Amino acid sequence: MTATETLELTKKDFQSDQEVRWCPGCGDYAILSAVQATLPELGLPKEKFVVVSGIGCSSRFPYYMNTYGFHSIHGRAPAVATGLKMTRPDLQVWVVTGDGDALSIGGNHFIHMLRRNVGLKVMLFNNRIYGLTKGQYSPTSEIGKRTKSTPLGSLDAPFNPLSVALGTGATFVARSVDIFQPHLKSVLKRAAAHEGTAFIEILQNCNIFNDKAFSGVTDKAARSENALYVEDGKPLIYGKENRRGIRRGPAGLEVVELPEGADESEIIVWDEAVRSPSAAFELAQLQAPEFPVPLGVLRAVDRPVYEQQVIGQIREREEAKKDASLESLLNSGDTWEVS
Amino acid sequence: MTLPVAGQEAATPATLEKISDVVIRFAGDSGDGMQLTGSQFTNTSALLGNDLSTLPDFPAEIRAPTGTLAGVSGFQVRIADHDIHTPGDVPDVLIAMNPAALKANIADLKEGGVVIANTDEFNVRNFKKAGIETDPLEDGSLAGFRVYKADFTTMTRRTLEDTDLDTRSKDRCKNLFALGMVYWLFSRSIDTTVEWLKVKFKRKPEIAAANIKVLKAGWNFCDITQLFQVRYEVEKATLEPGVYRNIHGNSALAIGLVAASRRSGLPIFLGAYPITPASDVLHELASYKEFGVTTFQAEDEIAAVCASIGASYGGALGVTCSSGPGIALKAEAMNLALMVELPLVVCDIQRGGPSTGLPTKTEQSDLLQVMFGRNGDSPVPVLSASTPADCFDVAMEAVRIATTYMVPVVLLSDGYIANGSEPWRIPEVESLPDLRVQFHEDAENFQPYARNEETLGRPWALPGTPGLEHRVGGLEKEEGSGNISYDPDNHELMTHLRSDKVKRVAREIPDLEVHGSPDGGKLLILGWGSTLGAITGAVNDLREQGHDVSRAHMRYLNPFPSNVGEVLSRFETVLMPEMNLGQLSLLLRAEYLKDIKSYTKVQGKPFAKSELVAKALEHLG
Ligand code: SF4
Repeated sequence: MTATETLELTKKDFQSDQEVRWCPGCGDYAILSAVQATLPELGLPKEKFVVVSGIGCSSRFPYYMNTYGFHSIHGRAPAVATGLKMTRPDLQVWVVTGDGDALSIGGNHFIHMLRRNVGLKVMLFNNRIYGLTKGQYSPTSEIGKRTKSTPLGSLDAPFNPLSVALGTGATFVARSVDIFQPHLKSVLKRAAAHEGTAFIEILQNCNIFNDKAFSGVTDKAARSENALYVEDGKPLIYGKENRRGIRRGPAGLEVVELPEGADESEIIVWDEAVRSPSAAFELAQLQAPEFPVPLGVLRAVDRPVYEQQVIGQIREREEAKKDASLESLLNSGDTWEVS
Repeated sequence: MTLPVAGQEAATPATLEKISDVVIRFAGDSGDGMQLTGSQFTNTSALLGNDLSTLPDFPAEIRAPTGTLAGVSGFQVRIADHDIHTPGDVPDVLIAMNPAALKANIADLKEGGVVIANTDEFNVRNFKKAGIETDPLEDGSLAGFRVYKADFTTMTRRTLEDTDLDTRSKDRCKNLFALGMVYWLFSRSIDTTVEWLKVKFKRKPEIAAANIKVLKAGWNFCDITQLFQVRYEVEKATLEPGVYRNIHGNSALAIGLVAASRRSGLPIFLGAYPITPASDVLHELASYKEFGVTTFQAEDEIAAVCASIGASYGGALGVTCSSGPGIALKAEAMNLALMVELPLVVCDIQRGGPSTGLPTKTEQSDLLQVMFGRNGDSPVPVLSASTPADCFDVAMEAVRIATTYMVPVVLLSDGYIANGSEPWRIPEVESLPDLRVQFHEDAENFQPYARNEETLGRPWALPGTPGLEHRVGGLEKEEGSGNISYDPDNHELMTHLRSDKVKRVAREIPDLEVHGSPDGGKLLILGWGSTLGAITGAVNDLREQGHDVSRAHMRYLNPFPSNVGEVLSRFETVLMPEMNLGQLSLLLRAEYLKDIKSYTKVQGKPFAKSELVAKALEHLG
């Protein structure tokens, strides 16, 4: 396929003929649309894309993408995708997962994928609930969540997906929101360009079992108040007319009001590539309503990419042992002849 | 054999006796280097042209408390001047590095057998650790054996007197003293081990030199003191002409996979998680990167198999390797491979179960697990290896079936085969099967679940191929299109297709072969896996005694070869020895309604030939 043909791809090329079966109003539709709109702009031929998922509402995603797709088993998409990427680095592999899939049943694979820095693009649709099994609390549900499995309220402290990712040494950590289309697309593009594991938490509304879980940032009014768009090299300011900022106080991050003409020198200027993940970790902890909700790329650093190193070792050995043949392998070690 | 009894204690030069077959067991503390000592004796004997068979036996603990029974590690090797099938039922010679090793092994030793004991370790402290009251070397309890005493430790230290090594390092050489003695006793040169030590300790020449010195000292000690009045010689065996090497089961498996990779053109991807006794397959394949092998030590057993499935999806040869507990964890993913119809080879190096069971001991008790341990109707082809060298051929056959039928294949080996070794006649590369595969590339009317009429396999269409974009997954799919389908008739159809696909394998696998009386008779001993050696030995003996006994051995456990039912019907009695509670006999009874006599043993060790002979005689009446 030539580059010109590649450029001609449109959103339509990425829509499969399968009927989309999420509940009407589900946030997944918006994410699907953003992904279908973004992939044609990446300059890769369609057949080079693979979408791998686990189990859950979000994991139906591959069926709706007219690319190669693999709907695997619960929690294991990172492992399947790792094996694929290690042997087929030419493919651009996207992993679709959910809060239960990635952080409960698949928690182990999730952290190991990130620590290895496999070249995968990972979208975690966080709706803070189990949708497909009809509404049990998830590992990101807030404490006290009343669900069918927790009639008296859940007791487990939730995971913060960004913090988990940062704790593993992830090299690209971002967050966006299902319905914030331009923002989501820009984050997807950044993820696509990242060489190691690019992790995006996408806040996703499950209007059936956990409606308005993120209304603190998604509601029309809250949006302008509480969305903190983190951008590399820019100060952490947000709110109506950018009248608020984040600075480092004695007890951690704090919000400062910034009336017209205020001194902004105390406001943290974001550096996504700083060596230590501590600042990103601190920022990831912020929650509405006390704090704004950070969105965007919190961390993007370079670290050796797993599959490139694995393949590098193999190539090096092949180079060093050019005359290795099956015959020499069979006859290796001590041999003797019987005549 | 019975070792000829030696003459009296005179320091006359030893006489040389030719013997045809001997079983030697090295036993000591797990830190005493018994596996190394046994392997060296094995290699030297292999290069001399003996036929041989080995049986390592080590504790699950890496370093159990020294001097205790729990810490005893053993290595049994049988060498012969003729074709043999087992490492021998009872040792003729026991090398006991300490009282615990003596206590743990003496009951196995042949009457009149030889004990060579390291007297330095026979002291009150060690008797206590081994739980014995009095010195067995002195209290007359070894009256039925010929006991030779030597103070290995003292002599090792003396040998190394003028080296700079500390006492600990010196003492670690004492197994070489024992090895030197055994080399002398069986008239073998120390040269092979000397060369090996030089390579092994290339970076520590002082250690190499010390070991070589002690090895020579052990040999010279026997030569000078005439401790033994008889020396033995085992001549080379008459094996089929060819080039040979000694090989362990796990090595043969690893090399077989590389051979399959070369013959198929598919790069190997091995996803694995360390587990006894399968880890050596991972270690070995990790050292074959020059053959384009990718090894992935995953975070767990599940990730290991899932990554292999991902690799197969991308067009590599996905392999995973584990043992019983790990296979249990892989069950769901194996079903995913079955559902998406991708090739996958799952190697199960069986060990004693259930649960953690007996990690370092052998058993054949995963058969029903790999047959049925998954949800839904989910048959997969199951093959078994019967000797260390056989692992090579079975690995290639597993790959052939997996790629031909687009199906996960289980390969069963076990701890006995994995760690045991035997001479292997190295095949010519051109004689190996051609395993080339055809990826699907034609976009016209592409159907991801279209079927090959012969094999019922679906096309292997790789991501990256223009025009073949499609989705696979664990949900039931519509025949042909592969779209998700909840249609009742379609599910029935697909369930049957997945099952028929496995049945089709039977169309092209060889018939079950009967050795002895192919036309039938009184008794058939039917086996699978690592019982082959003991069964062959037993049947040969019984036939020599004139009994109407035959044997047959099953490599294909699912599906069965087409003639199995007919073979069973030719014999009055079918006896099936298994190292489990009768798993294959259960399947055969269900399939063929034949009253198979199950003979079971679950002691973590293989059947002895004598046990099978005795059991067969019961049935021969
Ligand atoms: S249950 Fe919730 S997450 Fe699942 S499809 Fe419906 S709205 Fe979306």
